This record gives sequence, C-alpha cells and structure tokens, in this order.
Amino acid sequence: MIVVGPEFYEAVERVAAQAYVKALIDVPADVRGALEAARRRETHPIGSQVLELVALNIRTADEHQILVCQDTGTPVYWAFIGSGLAVDGARLEAAIRRGVEAATRDHSLRSSICHPITRQNPQTNTGYRVPVVHFEFAAGADYLDLVMLPKGSGSENQSFLKMLSPADGVAGIKRFILESVLEAGPKGCPPYIVGVGLGGSADLCMVLAKRALLRPIGSHNPDPAVAALEVELLEDVNRLGIGPQGLGGAVTALAVHVEHAYTHISQNPVAVNIQCWRGLRAAARVYPDGRTELLSQWQPGG
Amino acid sequence: MATWRLTTPLTEAEIRQLQAGDLVFLDGRVVGVRDATLIRIFDQGIEPPIDLSGAAVLHTAPNVRREGDRYVPLSVGTTTSARMDRFTWGLLERYGVRAIIGKGGLYLPESLQAFKQFGGCYLAIVGGAAAWQTLQTEAIEAVYWEDLMPEALWVFRVRDLGPLFVAIDSHGRSLYAEVGAEARRRLGQILGGG
Repeated sequence: MIVVGPEFYEAVERVAAQAYVKALIDVPADVRGALEAARRRETHPIGSQVLELVALNIRTADEHQILVCQDTGTPVYWAFIGSGLAVDGARLEAAIRRGVEAATRDHSLRSSICHPITRQNPQTNTGYRVPVVHFEFAAGADYLDLVMLPKGSGSENQSFLKMLSPADGVAGIKRFILESVLEAGPKGCPPYIVGVGLGGSADLCMVLAKRALLRPIGSHNPDPAVAALEVELLEDVNRLGIGPQGLGGAVTALAVHVEHAYTHISQNPVAVNIQCWRGLRAAARVYPDGRTELLSQWQPGG
Repeated sequence: MATWRLTTPLTEAEIRQLQAGDLVFLDGRVVGVRDATLIRIFDQGIEPPIDLSGAAVLHTAPNVRREGDRYVPLSVGTTTSARMDRFTWGLLERYGVRAIIGKGGLYLPESLQAFKQFGGCYLAIVGGAAAWQTLQTEAIEAVYWEDLMPEALWVFRVRDLGPLFVAIDSHGRSLYAEVGAEARRRLGQILGGG
C-alpha cells in the first residue's frame, strides 16, 4: 500500500483541469469512428447534411483548438482508486474541484453552474456538491484513473427513471427506453449515445445510466443477456426515424449502452441518460509519484 | 429545397417565401437570448434594451473573453429551444421578431400559430456545432444585462451564418411535428411486434 503525498494531489488537480478542457475540444476516437460510419450510412437528405456539418465542426475544433460545443456542461468525474493506494478522499475531491476552477479561469470557459433557487452563478463551474464526483475502486491497481464527462444540458435534460414492476418484464423495459428516446426526440442533439441503467435502487439505477456513457462505442456489457438487449435496442431506436438533429433519418443513435445491477425482488427499475453526438469524455491516469498520462480511451477494468 | 441568403433586419415578405426544408444563410446581426433573459423580459416585465423588430434571435449563451471594455467570442453555439417555447408568442407578437434560430425545435401550438399569424420562422442550426458557428460570428457588438452572465442579451455580428434549416415555416409546416408523428407511428409498430 503506497501512501500518496502532495505531488499526487497536485497531479490530480492538473489532470482534472486538462481532462475537462480536452473533453470539450477533442471528440473521442471511438465517437469519431461511429459518426463517420453514420455519415456513410445516412441517406436522408437533411440527415446527411447534418452529419456533414458535424464532421466539418469536429475538423474546425481540431484545427482551431476551440470548443466543439458552447456548453461547458456539468462537470462529472469518475475516480477509480487503485487498491494499492492509500488516498485521502476529501483531499482528492478538493483537488478535482480546484482543477475545474483552474480550467474555467485559464481557458475562459463559460460557467454553466448556478444555485437551484436563487440561480446565482459563481462563475467557477463549481458550487455546493459540484463537480459531481463518483468513486469506485480498482482491485490490484497502483494508480488512479480519472474519467471526466462534462455533461451537456441539452442531453442531460433528457433523463428518465421508471420503477417498473417485475411483471412488466423485459418488454416493459424496452417500451420505456424507446418511449424515452422518442420523448427526447430532437432536443438532446441526436444521433445519441443512449445510456441505460437497469436494476439497483432508484439512485443507483440513474447513476448506472450515466456510468454507461463512459464506455467506448463498440464495447458491450460483459453479461451476454444484457449485451443482447443493447444490440436489439440499438436496432429498434434506429427504426424510429428521428435522425440527426431530429430532422429525419436512419441514424438516431450511435450506440445503446446498458449497465446493470441486481435489484429487489419487487422492483424492476430502468433509467435513461441521453448523451449527445459529441460523446464527450476524457480520461487520465495518475501514479503515486505524481506522473500522469492522458488515456486515449478508458476501458472498464482496463 | 431552395437556398436563401438573407440580411437582418428581416421583412415579413422575406420570411413568407421560405418553405420548410429550405436552407438559409444569414448576414447582419443576431440577438442572443436564453432562459434568464426571457424570464426577465416576460415574467419580470422588464422591456428589452434594444428594438427587436425584424430581428433574428438566437438561443445561446456563449463562452467569451473580456478584453478591455469589450468581449471576444470564444465559442458561440446554440442551446435547446424547447425550454423557451412559451416565450415565442410574445417575441413575435409584442416585439416583432421574425426568426428564431435554435436547435431541437419548438412544439407549443401557439408557437406554430405565432409563426403563421405574424410571419416568422424557426431556423434550425446543427446543435453542438459551435466551433463552426463561432467562425461565422465576426464580433460581439453589444452586451446588455451583464448581471445575468453568461445569460446576458448579446448582439452578435454574423457573416454567412448557416446553413440554417427552415424547420418551422410561416405556412404551418413543422419538420419536427412531421418526423415526430412518423416516429410515434413506427414505435407503435415496434411495440406491436411489427
């Protein structure tokens, strides 16, 4: 067990800032690949034009190193703490917060965070309980992985939870997910990555729907029954014809990712958390001595 | 599908010629508004600081950098219009706005009626494509209500802003309504085992 020192927390602060900015500028490689495949597949006249503009926009952001989208989002982090590290959790959380504030200040990022009643905006992209930080633990690892998701509001507003009954079965689950995508329609910037949580308690179910968005496109849930549902749901979502930006077309979603947990015998919870076409996320690894590396792709357990 | 090049301020005749599915490129001035700005105007009853007749308004709140007494646009994009749906009628009837530029569409029957009755349209930009949109934003000419930052009232000078898709026209057609109705029909088929 390595007790980490100040250099570790300084490194966390630095990569928390870097990952935030990178996620806003650099569309992940797997999302680029999926968008390119979508552009080749789409035949709808408006849908095709929209996907051409999406590609043009990604090139523009690359070339000028500017934000892909104006929405700086809600800063959400997942910290995967290796079991080989003795980490002070409160200090870790404070370092991540300072990273968000530094990125906001140094890059003139729009502050998108405010008090829920007074609507006062502290201009830092932070506030009480924000950034949102989730902690998980990685057995055997002697490093920390930090995954950053600046969750855009257009898609976050398209979030849905339903406590179905066991008797509603898988058919009820499918119905609710498809109705949620229909309700999201054009509002969350399709083509979507549809994050789905299954099982757990109400709170865990919603967290799992967002956790599903961390996975690269092309990956599947390791449980074959859940993976089969992902394939089936993607086909059904793309039969709806909502299309890019909801103006019609064959590509409504790039992927459907389902994360599950066991649940109560009297429950059948399902949650949907929509991600826009940017699929924005960035990941970094921090070693106990303060060395860091930005990861081109984060894989669960990887 | 025709392609139009328009310059603000917009006239009723210019808007009436647009049909759903057409493309528009816009030059001139675009007025940025969103939740807090419209709440101030319509719910708190404070008159907007500029004349909006013939205006194109954009649902936005940009990333900017302050340089001296002016703001430089760093990222100007577009936010989801549906949250501001209920302000559409007032923008058109009371202030004479001609075009709303947004993403994700407007849905209230009175919004569609306002476009028809007063001669307005909804121009869809590609949501998320702020990098491209920022290059088409030449300058921030004025900012009002800075206390609402970043949800101030912005005046942008734009060149070749577009392509913008005419998604709701002044003749009662909405591409969102059409695509949505078809998607609902297909959902019925999928769930019915079809």
